[in-house]
Amino acid sequence: MIKPRVIPCLLLQDQGLVKTVKFKAPKYLGDPINIVRIFNDKEVDELVFLDIKATNENRSPNFDLLRNIGSECFMPLGYGGGIRSMDDVRKLLGIGIEKIILNTSAVENPTLIRSAADYAGSSSVVISIDVKKNIVGKYEVHTRSGRKGTGLDPVRQAVEVEKMGAGEILINSIDRDGMMEGYDLELIRHVSEAVDIPVVACGGAGNIGHLRDAIKLGGASAAAAGSMFVFQGPLRGVLISYPSPQDLKSLLEA
Amino acid sequence: MIVIVDYGVGNLGSIVNMLKKVGVKSAASSDPDVIMHADKLILPGIGAFDSGMEKLNERGLVPLLNQLVLTDKVPVLGLCLGLQLMTKRSEEGQLAGLGWFDAETVRYKFGPEQGNLKVPHMGWNTIEIRRPHPLLSELEPESRFYFVHSFYVRCNNPQAVLAETDYGGYFHSVVGEGNIMGAQFHPEKSHKYGMRLLKNYAEKVK
Repeated sequence: MIKPRVIPCLLLQDQGLVKTVKFKAPKYLGDPINIVRIFNDKEVDELVFLDIKATNENRSPNFDLLRNIGSECFMPLGYGGGIRSMDDVRKLLGIGIEKIILNTSAVENPTLIRSAADYAGSSSVVISIDVKKNIVGKYEVHTRSGRKGTGLDPVRQAVEVEKMGAGEILINSIDRDGMMEGYDLELIRHVSEAVDIPVVACGGAGNIGHLRDAIKLGGASAAAAGSMFVFQGPLRGVLISYPSPQDLKSLLEA
Repeated sequence: MIVIVDYGVGNLGSIVNMLKKVGVKSAASSDPDVIMHADKLILPGIGAFDSGMEKLNERGLVPLLNQLVLTDKVPVLGLCLGLQLMTKRSEEGQLAGLGWFDAETVRYKFGPEQGNLKVPHMGWNTIEIRRPHPLLSELEPESRFYFVHSFYVRCNNPQAVLAETDYGGYFHSVVGEGNIMGAQFHPEKSHKYGMRLLKNYAEKVK
């Protein structure tokens, strides 16, 4: 049996790591290299870094910083943010990023999905889909760090990107981001039922029960979280944590 | 000192850092003078077979590596594509491999009987040790390693198979014949298990 993966999802802003609430109010956490070293010691399954400013600043990924992060990571690493061309994709793979995460480009330049999958294999291409409920309660895909509504339905978008060669979907609820009250299980279930590729749940995890819900009730292959792994206590003091092997084992139990 | 042969494929920083963490000095280099004086070599690699061979050829490193590995018997550890390059040929490319041991690199072929498993084989998997070897000493049974590959090495000499991994059937995931060794996974992305293997290579392999 394949053990469901549990993935810290970390947000880069400038040179530092931050954590947002509903994609807003970034709170500074610390230096990414130090935090990678802590996650090395905790033997996490995988790490995801998202640069939340690259697209809106219309710039490419910070390759120098990512090279340093890649050199420190003793586990597989995914990166998203500002990836616009095959040149970006090739550079990222070359500096030790195992998974390329596309979000805005997947909507605005979807041919990049196919090119990246042809070059690196589908397993290395992850499409991240940020979702917000609109005023009448309908799910809508957002791009550009959540700023731009696209009118697209997340389930249809997931099916489309799978056809174009995506190997994994990271589904993130903007409304749940940083709330630590649990994932949007309805959204996760709809997406994971619609595609054959692995779905990673993101947005809202506050405890290990939430992670289990995403897998058991939502049908996700993996659970990603930010706040849960970087904050401690009601005052949200910064403390890096990760479930113990015993706790992770409980993910498998009904 | 362990020299990691830098022939322009991928980020070798995590290998250097992991060795440093277990107290082993290493350097990544493409300089023949540095490579020539290595106590042990690591041949890393990601990407396509022909592109890897071309890069070794462009840097003129093949005659030197042949001399060190085949004549001087300097220990060498191939990782992922690095291991595949040490075979005679690959179904992925047209160019001849280094041919350091009697093996070929072949593609995964899965049909419905293997549940149409996905290629590449990507993710954490375990190894089953077939033959005790210093490289694999003190590895716990639950040791897991990170794999990303579409091709694998098939050894013609069963004695060279040190460990196998199950992905739609067993394939040779750690191999070794005399001073020539290789692993299909990425120890540098496999936490303490990969660290153990690299430490073994540095300290226990003679």
